[in-house]
Amino acid sequence: MILASGLTKRYPGGHEAVREISFEISAGEMVFITGHSGAGKSTLVKLIAAIERPTAGSLVVNGQNLAALRKSALPYLRRHFGLVFQDQKLLFDRSVLDNVLLPLQIVGLPRREAVRRAQAALDKVGLLAREKARPIALSGGEQQRLAIARAVVNRPTVLLADEPTGNLDAAAALEVLEIFESFHRVGVTVVVATHDSQWIERYRPHVLRLDHGRLLAA
Amino acid sequence: MRAWFAQHRAAVASALRRLWSAPLNTLLSLLAIGIALTLPAAGFVLLDNLRDVGRSASGVQQLSLFLTVEAGKKDVAEIESRLARTVRGKWRFVARDEALKRLQASEGMAEIVASLPRNPLPDAFIVEPAEAAPEELEALKKTIAAWPKVAHVQLDSAWIKRFDAFLRLGRLAVTLLAAIFAAGLVAVTFNTIRLQVLSQAAEVEVARLIGATDAFVRRPFYYFGALQGALGGLLAFALVAGGLRLLAGPVAELAALYGGRFALAGPGWSAAAGLVLAGAGLGWLGAQLSVSLSLARAEP
Repeated sequence: MILASGLTKRYPGGHEAVREISFEISAGEMVFITGHSGAGKSTLVKLIAAIERPTAGSLVVNGQNLAALRKSALPYLRRHFGLVFQDQKLLFDRSVLDNVLLPLQIVGLPRREAVRRAQAALDKVGLLAREKARPIALSGGEQQRLAIARAVVNRPTVLLADEPTGNLDAAAALEVLEIFESFHRVGVTVVVATHDSQWIERYRPHVLRLDHGRLLAA
Repeated sequence: MRAWFAQHRAAVASALRRLWSAPLNTLLSLLAIGIALTLPAAGFVLLDNLRDVGRSASGVQQLSLFLTVEAGKKDVAEIESRLARTVRGKWRFVARDEALKRLQASEGMAEIVASLPRNPLPDAFIVEPAEAAPEELEALKKTIAAWPKVAHVQLDSAWIKRFDAFLRLGRLAVTLLAAIFAAGLVAVTFNTIRLQVLSQAAEVEVARLIGATDAFVRRPFYYFGALQGALGGLLAFALVAGGLRLLAGPVAELAALYGGRFALAGPGWSAAAGLVLAGAGLGWLGAQLSVSLSLARAEP
């Protein structure tokens, strides 16, 4: 599903955020990328989502080598991913429902079908009652769940999340991780970057532990 | 196909929403675009009206052939037979008495005519040749002038030529004006779209991250530019039509004072369609330039 070998990302200025990492993630796995702040978790997520390009090494996702991918093919690749960002990137100028509709508009789903699916996604994260609200009116945990609804509405094969529980209290974080777990159970590959290692005991995921850009043995 | 249609409809809806969400900005942009289109459009309409004036004054080319004062009935018959032989077209004989009567009927001329000791006017022919090429008319004039008892031949086309040249010059000037204002319209659109791209930066970023193609991101801005331009064109049409309506009364009055009948012709529906299309096209162009520049800078 996701195969990295010798993966390296060097930013302009010479900082190597990720150094010669090799790993394999199989379809349907639940993976936690852990490590201290600055260890390279976010960079690795961005590399997998093709937001950043590797400086060296290869990264194959769904059989496509991202290092060699044409720019015009990127949008179609990204549609296989559901992305949940550290800063959520919600659009505050429109309703909760419209936020979830955006990925479906991008693929050109007819409105009626799109609304039906968006409502189903909101239902899954427990926000259906708030569909007409503005994201600004939601709590931190609710905003994160809205971001998840937007990520999964397009039925991605890979759910990628960068510090999804970063700003949440333990109860809200648990809710969010339970949602990820439920997608893992139905066969979605789930990759979560988190500095919080307390959840590993509970979910027993495949763990990629990063330290200063290098991968530590599990 | 269905997806394509849905995406375009969504882009139009989004463009309309953005126009509607900032009514003051939209109004100001529309005014700028509308006025930029109004000036050349009004110029073209006025030139069209002037051309109509020229046409109704003399749609056909004429030669006026004046005989000498002492020419008699026989001479008139002679000239008539010569005309029949040489000229293809129509002619009309104006007897000197008839000419005097007409002059008498003209405003303010009755007293002058009455004070004349005798009729000073000659017999005349008004000739309307079928071929109106300037060189042929000139040659015909020379031929006729050489006939006996012909005092003077006047080609009534010189002023038409001058008028035509004037109209051509006017048309060129208005075209140049239109080009300058078209550039202005593109610039106005460029600027409003640039601001749009800046204010929609978050949406553009998110859309790209979740798999939007370049075309998807650009489409609403293109429609925005085109819609804004089309509405500006509509406004320009309304301004020109309204302005002409206001002018129509006074112009007709003025024409009546000169003993003529003339009605200003307003811009037709084809002019309306032309203005809307021109506005939309130029708006689209401005949007395209603006989006290409602004988004290239925002590329991750």
